[in-house]
Amino acid sequence: MTLRWTLLAAAALVAVGGTPVRADDSIKIAMAGPITGSTASFGEQMRHGAEQAVIDINAAGGVLGKKLELQLGDDACDPKQAVAVANQLARAGVGFVAGHFCSGSSIPASAVYNEEGILQISPGSTNPKLTEQGFKNVFRVCGRDDQQGTVAGTYLAHHYPNGRIAILNDKSAYGKGLADDTKRTLNQAGVTEAINESYNAGEKDFSALVSKLKQGQIEAVYVGGYYTEAGLLTRQMREQGLNARVIAGDALLTNEYWAITGAAGEGTMMTFGPDPRNKPEARAVTEEFRKAGYEPEGYTLYSYAAVQVYAEAVKRAGRTDLDQVIKELHSGSFETVMGTLGFDAKGDVTSPAYVFYQWHDGKFSEVVE
Amino acid sequence: MDYFLQQLINGVTLGAIYGLVAIGYTMVYGIIGMINFAHGEIYMIGAFIAVISFLAVGLLGITWVPLAVVLVLILTMLFTAVYGWTVERLAYRPLRGSVRLAPLISAIGMSIFLQNYVQLVQGARVKPLPPVMSDVIVLADQAGGFRVSVSALQLLILALTVALMIGFTQVIARTSLGRAQRACEQDMKMASLLGIDVDRTISLTFVMGAALAGVAGVMVTMYYGVVDFYIGFLAGIKAFTAAVLGGIGSLPGAMLGGLLIGLIEAFWSAYFSVEYKDVATFVILVLVLIFRPTGLLGRPDLEKV
Repeated sequence: MTLRWTLLAAAALVAVGGTPVRADDSIKIAMAGPITGSTASFGEQMRHGAEQAVIDINAAGGVLGKKLELQLGDDACDPKQAVAVANQLARAGVGFVAGHFCSGSSIPASAVYNEEGILQISPGSTNPKLTEQGFKNVFRVCGRDDQQGTVAGTYLAHHYPNGRIAILNDKSAYGKGLADDTKRTLNQAGVTEAINESYNAGEKDFSALVSKLKQGQIEAVYVGGYYTEAGLLTRQMREQGLNARVIAGDALLTNEYWAITGAAGEGTMMTFGPDPRNKPEARAVTEEFRKAGYEPEGYTLYSYAAVQVYAEAVKRAGRTDLDQVIKELHSGSFETVMGTLGFDAKGDVTSPAYVFYQWHDGKFSEVVE
Repeated sequence: MDYFLQQLINGVTLGAIYGLVAIGYTMVYGIIGMINFAHGEIYMIGAFIAVISFLAVGLLGITWVPLAVVLVLILTMLFTAVYGWTVERLAYRPLRGSVRLAPLISAIGMSIFLQNYVQLVQGARVKPLPPVMSDVIVLADQAGGFRVSVSALQLLILALTVALMIGFTQVIARTSLGRAQRACEQDMKMASLLGIDVDRTISLTFVMGAALAGVAGVMVTMYYGVVDFYIGFLAGIKAFTAAVLGGIGSLPGAMLGGLLIGLIEAFWSAYFSVEYKDVATFVILVLVLIFRPTGLLGRPDLEKV
């Protein structure tokens, strides 16, 4: 095992490049994510966000009189490479990592950071397991998959108190998880759904299910599943003349959903992280990015915020000592480009970071209440 | 009662689609006594060709729906027929006369090949088709009550399936090609001794089966509006089950089996749970096979001496 770790670390050293000389007037931090590979566009966003945050913080005098020094780690969204990168960063003496993006990378890397005493704040890993491992050093500035269910359940309970609700799932880990969380929240609010069913992924014919929903005079359908089946279901609902509202998770935020439903998808609602570009706190930074010819979309501002949170926690602690910084992270709230962030005991953000998006005329946008 | 009627319509349509795919399975089996595992894939290719043809027909400016549908059907059947002929030529003919399992395995290989080929050439993403025929006939609609509706497309699917079933039954029962097919089914060697071109007859059988799969592909594409490279597998399994339930080798049996499965699925979903509809379907399949091993309309297998 030791040999394997060493080999991985050596491999990472080759992958990431030479280690800079340790300088006492700087605080070493890192951004780790998929800089190459199939999800490289997200890695690009994270890199832009972290780099800009470091530039801005250093321009404002740095942290505790020292400059932040940013390193980059490329995990290519590959769990094995993520572990290698984590070891490499540890060897380079990094105290904080903004990363990773893919949950499958963040989770194995978090074990390394935990062992090495490095703080990890993930800008984009939403799998609940990341903060459920009991690691004190792991935080995230994005939401958790199971918070989507909470948000959807609350919405359903509030808008459909008569219980004319159907909760469907596709039996997958993602879909069933979402549906179960939604149902729990709904039931805790004192509303019981009328229909609770599951279907098979790959199913094409939902006519019998749609007739059943129609018979139950369902007004809202929560779909825990992916866009293909949800799209077919929505289309067949409208064909049979059932106009119930379709509500689902983030898996429907793709243009392929609209390609399947066509006009039938009008009004479909989905839970997803709020677009931080709309926050007043983000206005200045967003404009700065745009001036430089870069649109700070997706996870750019999430990464920016992760670096901001770390810098602020170090300032409050007065030192870079891990335990002190963690204590600060748990005890206060932080002003960031994403708004005010606070962290619970597990390291998740305290305000559920999910809002509703809605399909309208072939495009989806955040629902402004 | 209205609810029952609507679920009946749902079940019959679904059953007709299963039947349409199953007829192709059962016909090839009836002639050469072999399951053509690539049939589901030919159906999937038919669905892709249907999407492409609809786009082509649209580009040519043909907007009168019946003409467009007929053109697409002809184009798709032509292409799938060529695929069927090729599959037979590559995966079956070279292995004729070898161990019985060999062509079975090569057909499975062919099926995997076709699936991957489409995935690579067309991409793994879902291909949508906007609704082509969206006319709906409302049968019952009381105020505040349950609206029962049947779409023109559902009627077309049902009519087409019945017509194809009757048509191909007649072809097999009355034409000289049908006589040659039945002769090949009984004894290939004897048939060839009597001057029947066995290779040609089997090729034509595959071509007919593939054209049927093409029709099913067009109908399903129009009905559901989405196509991906994986639909052949599920449809193949369901249609194969329908063929076995009805009695493999019998065209009316395939239709009956398809209808039964469609109805079981619809009514189980309607009155029990959607979750267990496949369990219900296969329990009934097992029960039927225990009491009638050759399926509902199947004839007992004659021992060839």
